Amino acid sequence: MSEIASSETGGYNFAYLDEQTKRMIRRAILKAVAIPGYQVPFASREMPLPYGWGTGGIQVTASIIGRDDTLKVIDQGADDTTNAVSIRRFFARTAGVATTEQTSEASIIQTRHRIPEMPLTEDQIIVYQVPIPEPLRWLEPREAETRKMHALAEYGPMYVRLYEDIAQYGRVTTAYDYPVLVNGRYLMRPSPIPKFDNPKMDMNPALQLFGAGREKRIYAVPPHTSVKSLDFADHPFAVEKWDERCAICGADDSFLDEIIVDDRGGRMFVCSDTDYCRGCQSAKAAE
Amino acid sequence: MTELSLADVTHGVGLAPLLRVAGLAKNFGERVACRDVSFEIWRGEVLGVVGESGSGKTTLLNCLSTRLQPDAGRIEYRLRDGRVAELFELPEPARRLLMRTDWGFVHQKPRDGLRLGLSAGANIGERLMAIGERHYGDIRSAAVDWLAKVEIEIERVDEAPLTFSGGMQQRLQIARNLVSRPRLVFMDEPTGGLDVSVQARLLDLLRGLCDELGLAAIVVTHDLGVARLLAHRLIVMRGGAIVETGLTDQVLDDPQHPYTQLLVSSMLQ
Repeated sequence: MSEIASSETGGYNFAYLDEQTKRMIRRAILKAVAIPGYQVPFASREMPLPYGWGTGGIQVTASIIGRDDTLKVIDQGADDTTNAVSIRRFFARTAGVATTEQTSEASIIQTRHRIPEMPLTEDQIIVYQVPIPEPLRWLEPREAETRKMHALAEYGPMYVRLYEDIAQYGRVTTAYDYPVLVNGRYLMRPSPIPKFDNPKMDMNPALQLFGAGREKRIYAVPPHTSVKSLDFADHPFAVEKWDERCAICGADDSFLDEIIVDDRGGRMFVCSDTDYCRGCQSAKAAE
Repeated sequence: MTELSLADVTHGVGLAPLLRVAGLAKNFGERVACRDVSFEIWRGEVLGVVGESGSGKTTLLNCLSTRLQPDAGRIEYRLRDGRVAELFELPEPARRLLMRTDWGFVHQKPRDGLRLGLSAGANIGERLMAIGERHYGDIRSAAVDWLAKVEIEIERVDEAPLTFSGGMQQRLQIARNLVSRPRLVFMDEPTGGLDVSVQARLLDLLRGLCDELGLAAIVVTHDLGVARLLAHRLIVMRGGAIVETGLTDQVLDDPQHPYTQLLVSSMLQ
């Protein structure tokens, strides 16, 4: 079924990718959803932006987006950073879809490095941009061997890394891209989100898709699937905490960015999720 | 093979051999590495494999530990539940599990058997974590226990083996292998690169551990002194085949085969 290029998409096929490519990616996504956490290889295409800027995420989004969808794109939680703005504009131009900065209005959220603070719903899909999909990458250099380790669920070496952290520093120092076990079976890299966001993945009602363009892998966490962060019985998984509140909206339950404001050591903490921060501000203003 | 029928009739777990090798052969192209090797090893027994270099000792060890696929022959192993399995008929996951739990492999060079970038504690704990131990405190205390057992100061538990001496590295490698309480350990020239006093201490330690844990071991060595100290029984190999086998003292004090006689007579006194 081919979509006819309209004048509003500037001569491109709807959502940039040709229909055969979309079909191939959708097949990979279906397989990924059927085997939660399993990395499905796919024939990643060249995209009009460099690797590391979200080529995997864009391809996934392009394959699932429809004319009625509303797209939100965030980078480090913010809607107004270069990566987010350019990807949002890319889909506005090539698909003509509505875009938004509000989490609640979006049907598809493409993200780099964060999960929105506002809980997602069953009607939403979140697409992660993934730089390195293989959780065992720095432990085992051979790709054939890591595949075998996944096949046999041999995840002991991952715990060795946690052990080393605790032995050296007294706690697990991995702060982002914290490894998780999906549906009690596959070890997965959640892309470089802070571990603060890991609990949000667990039993999330939204469909979570992960695209790695350079490494040519797609994986998924279907709705309501268990996602457990690795830990030891006597060193349970814990997320970051701050003594400060957001300097703009006063929220104490969101992920905070530390911003250096002058050259005299001045600093402030603000919400990394700009939409959430805006919501808190207007709620405060309404009081 | 009278032993075979005896074991079959008695069916007693204590009476069946731990490992039975029959007609094992391995060629590398035209070159014969092992041919028609058959022997048995029993629970708690230390078997020495001696012979000159190039006689197929290490190839034999690699075949037995399923690191190499033999061209012919059967290797039967008695699992913990008493079942006897042909190793190469076992599915790969079962074989890999066996290697991690029931077996140990001590390399000649400790750097082949250790993870040099990790701490000593992590090296010892790795096997425990691989078989599902998920309590940091327990893993750590097991690591400390084993360091003490192999006579390494427990303060060094968080140091990388790169900073250890050769003898300490070798002892760490042994601890790393024995932590899962294996029943069979393969050793390839365990005292290879060590000086004589360190060798003696290591042999002492190994002998003690084998006795204490009821460990069966297959020790490949070209050093007859090591074989005499460690092994209960000896296999003498030459050109890939077994030329003589028997109790260690018997083989070394009264060698029958001309090649064994040559080996023994060339031993430094």
